[in-house]
Amino acid sequence: MSQTAGRPLDIESMLRLALSPVEPPAALRTRVETRLQELTDLAVDELESWELGSMRDPRNWARPVIATAVGATAGTALVVLRVRQQHRKRQAASHDPLDLARRTLKAASAEARKLAQR
Amino acid sequence: MDSAHKARLDREFSDLYRAHLRDVYSYAYYRIGNHHDAEDLTEQTFLQAYRHFERAQAESDGRPLRPWLIRIAHNLAANLYRDRSRRPQTPIDDTTVLRTQHTTEDLVEGRDELARILESIKQLPDERREALIMRFSLGMDNREIARAMGKSDGATKVLLHRAIKQLEGIVTAP
Repeated sequence: MSQTAGRPLDIESMLRLALSPVEPPAALRTRVETRLQELTDLAVDELESWELGSMRDPRNWARPVIATAVGATAGTALVVLRVRQQHRKRQAASHDPLDLARRTLKAASAEARKLAQR
Repeated sequence: MDSAHKARLDREFSDLYRAHLRDVYSYAYYRIGNHHDAEDLTEQTFLQAYRHFERAQAESDGRPLRPWLIRIAHNLAANLYRDRSRRPQTPIDDTTVLRTQHTTEDLVEGRDELARILESIKQLPDERREALIMRFSLGMDNREIARAMGKSDGATKVLLHRAIKQLEGIVTAP
C-alpha cells in the first residue's frame, strides 16, 4: 500500500468515495419519463390502428389470399389430373371430337364438384 | 406483438428504468464530466434501450440487463467524443460532487485527497477510467463489467488491476 502525507493510501476506498453515485436531477427524470411515455403511446396507437385496420388493408390479406390461391391451384391440378386419367376411357366411348369435348367438360365438372364437397 | 405483450414489455422496461437510472446517470456523469451532457447521454441511452428492449431481453437468457444498458451509454459516449473529436472539455465538477455526495467528515478529512483522485482519474486512458467508474461508482462485478465492455472476465480483471495501479502511481507521484 502506498503512502500519502505520512498515511497509507487505501486507493480503493478513496475511489469509492470519489466516485460516489450521483443522483439524477428531478428534471431529468421528468424529461426521460415524458419521452418514454410519448414513445409508448405512439407504439400503442400504431399497434391498435394496425390491429383494427389489418383486415381492411389489402396488404394484410396476403396470407389468406396466398393460402386460398395455393388451395385453389392444388385443387385445379387435382381435377386436371383425374380428368386426364380418364381421357382414354372417354376417347373410346365418344363418337366424335365434339362428343369427346362434351364428355371431358362433364367429367371435369364432376371432379370439381367432388373436390368442393370434401 | 399484441397489446397485452406490449403492455408487459413496457412494465418491465419501466422497472429496468427505475432500477438503473442512477447507474446510467452516474456512469454518464463521471465518463463525460459535466451534468448537461450527462443528462443528454442518459436520456439517449434509455430511448435507445427502449427501442431494442424486446430483443435484448430475449437474448439475455435471464441475465441482468444493467451491463447492456451501460454498454449503450458507453457506445453513445464514444460517439459523442468522436463527433466532437475531443476528450472531455469540462472538468468533473468535483465541488458539486463533494458538496452533494459526501459527508462533512469526508469533506474535512479527505477533500484534498478526493479531489486529487478525481483529477488523477481523468489522466487514465478511457478504457481504464470506464472500468473504474463501473466498479467503484456502480459497484459492478468483473463479469458485469466484462459484458458491458465486450471483454472476457480475465481481460477485465487485468484491466481493473492495471487501472488501479496506474492511478495509485499518479496519485502518489511527487
